[in-house]
Amino acid sequence: MITLKINGAPRQFDGDPDMPLLWYLRDVAGLTGSKFGCGIGMCGACTVHQDGIAIRSCVTPVRSAVGKEITTIEGLSNSDHPLQKAWAALNVPQCGYCQVGQIMQAASLLKAKPKPTDKDIDDGMAGNICRCGTYQRIRAAIHLAAKEKV
Amino acid sequence: MIMIDNSSRRSFLRQAFGAGALVLGARILPTRALAALETAAFAPNVFVGIKSDGTVLIVAHRSEMGTSSRTMVPLILADEMEADWKRVKIEQAIGDEKYGDQNTDGSHSVRSFFGVMQECGASARTMLEQAAASQWKVPASECKATLHQVVHTPSSKKLGYGELASAAAKLPVPDKSKLVFKKKSEYRYIGKDLPIYDLSDITHGKAVFGMDAKVDGMVYASIEHPPVLGGKVMSFDDKEALQVAGVSRTVEIPAFKPPHGFQPLGGVAVIADNTWAAFQGRKKLKITWDPGPNASYTSSEYKKELQATARKPGKVVRNVGDVDKAFDGAAKILEADYYVPHLAHAAMEPLVAVADFRNGKCTIWAPTQNPQAVQDTVAAAIGIDKKNVICNVTLLGGGFGRKSKPDYCAEAALLSKQLGKPVKVVWTREDDIHFDYYHSVAALYMKAGVDQKGKPVAWLQRSVFPSINSTFAPDVKSGSAGELGMGFTDTPYDLPNHRAENGEAVNHVRIGWLRSVANIYHAFAVCSFADELANAAGRDSKDYLLELIGPPRLVDLKAQDVDYPNMGPIEQYPVDTARLRKVVELVAEKSGWGKRKLPKGHALGIAAHRSFLSYIATVVEVAVSPDGKISIPRVDTAVDAGMIVSPDRVRSQFEGAAVFGASLALMGEITATNGKIDQSNFNNYPVLRMNEAPLETHVYIVESDAPPAGVGEPGVPPFAPALCNAIFKVTGKRIRELPIGRQKLV
Repeated sequence: MITLKINGAPRQFDGDPDMPLLWYLRDVAGLTGSKFGCGIGMCGACTVHQDGIAIRSCVTPVRSAVGKEITTIEGLSNSDHPLQKAWAALNVPQCGYCQVGQIMQAASLLKAKPKPTDKDIDDGMAGNICRCGTYQRIRAAIHLAAKEKV
Repeated sequence: MIMIDNSSRRSFLRQAFGAGALVLGARILPTRALAALETAAFAPNVFVGIKSDGTVLIVAHRSEMGTSSRTMVPLILADEMEADWKRVKIEQAIGDEKYGDQNTDGSHSVRSFFGVMQECGASARTMLEQAAASQWKVPASECKATLHQVVHTPSSKKLGYGELASAAAKLPVPDKSKLVFKKKSEYRYIGKDLPIYDLSDITHGKAVFGMDAKVDGMVYASIEHPPVLGGKVMSFDDKEALQVAGVSRTVEIPAFKPPHGFQPLGGVAVIADNTWAAFQGRKKLKITWDPGPNASYTSSEYKKELQATARKPGKVVRNVGDVDKAFDGAAKILEADYYVPHLAHAAMEPLVAVADFRNGKCTIWAPTQNPQAVQDTVAAAIGIDKKNVICNVTLLGGGFGRKSKPDYCAEAALLSKQLGKPVKVVWTREDDIHFDYYHSVAALYMKAGVDQKGKPVAWLQRSVFPSINSTFAPDVKSGSAGELGMGFTDTPYDLPNHRAENGEAVNHVRIGWLRSVANIYHAFAVCSFADELANAAGRDSKDYLLELIGPPRLVDLKAQDVDYPNMGPIEQYPVDTARLRKVVELVAEKSGWGKRKLPKGHALGIAAHRSFLSYIATVVEVAVSPDGKISIPRVDTAVDAGMIVSPDRVRSQFEGAAVFGASLALMGEITATNGKIDQSNFNNYPVLRMNEAPLETHVYIVESDAPPAGVGEPGVPPFAPALCNAIFKVTGKRIRELPIGRQKLV
């Protein structure tokens, strides 16, 4: 039995401690906001925060999350996060599947770099694939959120 | 042909919309099927309902995979009926032929349903006005529906839609000829930018995609498919798999009987109580395969075959003038071979489906572009009638054509029937890449004879590719009229002598539609070759292209005996070179073609292509670094898609198409060795990332009253040739094979 802390609440899990956090979140905890995209940490759809920093939950065994604060999109903000407002202002999503991962990655980026340049955004977001190609709007939304003009 | 009826008394609708609700429906009867369907029971394809609290329910019968059809098709109806969009609730339709075409493919959701939605909206509005007029005992002409209420103009009395719903439900549906439609200037939402319906759910992680579907008592399945198309399980050992915690059993899925269609590929399924356990158990399976007839397929060898075929005469599919004679008289001959490899769709959401078979019925929850094909496929797979297949359509995490082929839904249904409980089949990314219906590989040969000024007097083009029709029929060797009509038999250039030929090719993998389909390789060859001729003539690429397109005219393919489906009646959607010219001129102006100062190592390339009845011209600015690295600082695209519903969503589709186009041009390549696909995940099938994507894409929409045309796909085809034309300007290197990343530029 291990204890995880997800979005501020403790949760017990007695399954396979090697199960990736993503599948624990989705299949066991019922938190389906984080998405499965590649299973090898190469697309970013599964991005959550561990102690405030973006990680790929599809390659993070649950045992390694013990003692850490895990935040998913469901716990990102009590109301709208500035990024969620910016995403809405610019009508960013197309299919929407990768967008949670994009927002979680961007939230982590903004913590580290509150006023990111285009280059910072490219560097910070290059691990998150959007097959619909919303990159231009994601970049603009991150800038907009950084200005807190939303 | 559209019919609308008042379906208020139908019990199933009463359940959905509440008693006393006004419910309107329409259905489309394809002209060809009219006689057969005249006696059929009337069943509407598009519904609008008004609840007594005033909520307007609109059924979205098209799938949402990122093109905004789930928002924009209902929006047309809402606008026409003067509904307040804030009080509209969208209900996603299940698969049912009563809706007409639900295959969200071919960029035609708005094109095919604009008129249907208008009629449903206008009927509802008219009936609400009549209901109000009766209540007030005034002439209907004095009553005007305005933003969710009907106003008696002389007295300013008002009744809300909710208050009028019950009375309106008792009225006959007005005759179509009596309907008065809103003028363009009266549109409240059409032509404006509105957020997509699911925006907030998406950004908060609440949107339900297929991957998120969950049913009580559900088990999870992961399937090891035959590595080669047509392979079979000879024997398997599941001892170790069954020892994995959470794995309950394994199930063999039989191989398909050719042609493969949308049938499951076969293999061995591992059943577990969570996805991860199913994946882990699957890794422990020991399977001996009969590799089947395609095990000799190696794409590098196949490429040579296609290229050799493209150098030989093929079946003539368009012929104008006397090409051979004109070649003899030409001042100069130019030839080029082009090649585009197989591509995978790689939508962000891997394939997934939940099936629950019980009491002879099978309920599916799936991200599908084509819920009626799910009904057909599942029914055939488990031997029940299609009316006993209920297909619930979730949001799709991308589709691009892959999710119109429901093999994964049939897998879930087979397993649920066998296990007697709900099953969720989850494909891994590796499954998705290994077992796609690939965009077809193609080899093309182009030959032009030009006069002293470099103007073509003869033009020969050959296209060789395994056809999508191989999905549905055995021994298909030729391209279909539909595939050839995508940028090959409809080349709109002003050529006195022109011949198009198709060479034979046999498929060894599953071939399928991928965003813009055959237009990708046809536009790549045709638009690149046009630029080759321009450069050979020492001319400006844009000026030369305009001359090649020639004077404004309607290209009469019928008179040239071309079998050309055109995706719509040619009378309504002619091949209009004036519109093609206009987008070329517009994009040239907006991109600063020939005027904008560019840094060293930068250049512009241009391409123009008509597809899905829309006219697109794209200018790509490329930057090539001294060590040969490519970046794309800017893209300009001019779009004439006829009348459009949402400018913002049109822009978003063309922004996306630039990324999709750049991705396939720079890095898209699926290869096979001994029948097995070499790529498996984003590490070896890369798709474009933000740091590689065009930095800015500008989209210019031509104001048009022409009928709505396609938007989701047509941005893709001109991108690769525009990019390669730009690369030529910088480097002098002509890219004739994709992906570009395979080539040395310096």
